[in-house]
Amino acid sequence: MLWTEGFGTFGRGLDPWSEFRRVENEMNRVLSRFASPSTGEFPAVNVWADGSETVVTTELPGIDAKGIEISVTGKTLVLNGSREPLEVKEGESYHRRERWYGKFSKTVELPFVVEGNKVEAGFSRGILTIKLPRAESEKPKKITVRSA
Amino acid sequence: MDDKTKDIQKQEMEKGERIERARAAKVFTPDVDIVERKNDIVVIADMPGIDEASVDVTLENNVLSIYGKVDWDVPDKLKLLHGEYGIGDYQRVFTLSGDVNREKIEATVNNGVLKIVLPKAEAARTKKIAVRAETK
Repeated sequence: MLWTEGFGTFGRGLDPWSEFRRVENEMNRVLSRFASPSTGEFPAVNVWADGSETVVTTELPGIDAKGIEISVTGKTLVLNGSREPLEVKEGESYHRRERWYGKFSKTVELPFVVEGNKVEAGFSRGILTIKLPRAESEKPKKITVRSA
Repeated sequence: MDDKTKDIQKQEMEKGERIERARAAKVFTPDVDIVERKNDIVVIADMPGIDEASVDVTLENNVLSIYGKVDWDVPDKLKLLHGEYGIGDYQRVFTLSGDVNREKIEATVNNGVLKIVLPKAEAARTKKIAVRAETK
């Protein structure tokens, strides 16, 4: 289709892309619901859950798996670790320095009490994945209703 | 040790600075450190989620492009309760100043960190010039 000047009768003129932009903005608005405001503490975590398990993922590139400390108490998960800054010797200079370094400690509130000794953690490609199963005692029980 | 962990948000690329892509995934700008050493320039980029097979590094006419593709599946049956970071691909482009020995560029990936070592071309290396006392 050929767009000519003659079409530009609506206020700002007819922009063939405006509809695409509107749809895109709408999509972004809908999707942004999934990104809830963070606690502001490093590192950012995503918490996934179903009825019996919570999965916490976080991005910690460049950290040795052994250097990550994970502890769970009841409904609270605490992550500790650190990353060293790059060593720069004499005669070497930074052109850019954007990567994070230092110690971090993050506390994550879980949706339910966790079976502490069944927690599994995996670390690959710089992403830490922690699987936290719900404590047996916490699982909902089905109650049979008897008629009197 | 100073801490630099305050800014926790991944930077998503601005619309204007990227080319529209066919793949419908978010594109993030990886944080980088660039260090110039005596004989080379080292570019280090945080790109969690990538491995050696999913990252592309190209150098064309002094333009160094980094692209990392992240394939990530939502865990089965699980629902996102609380999301603090987005997941997507990484892209960043740099213009290098100075000559680089193209034959000897090395790129490695370890734990989601990409490291590119760009050896300086012989001509671009800093040469120390000995100063002698003038003899008459």
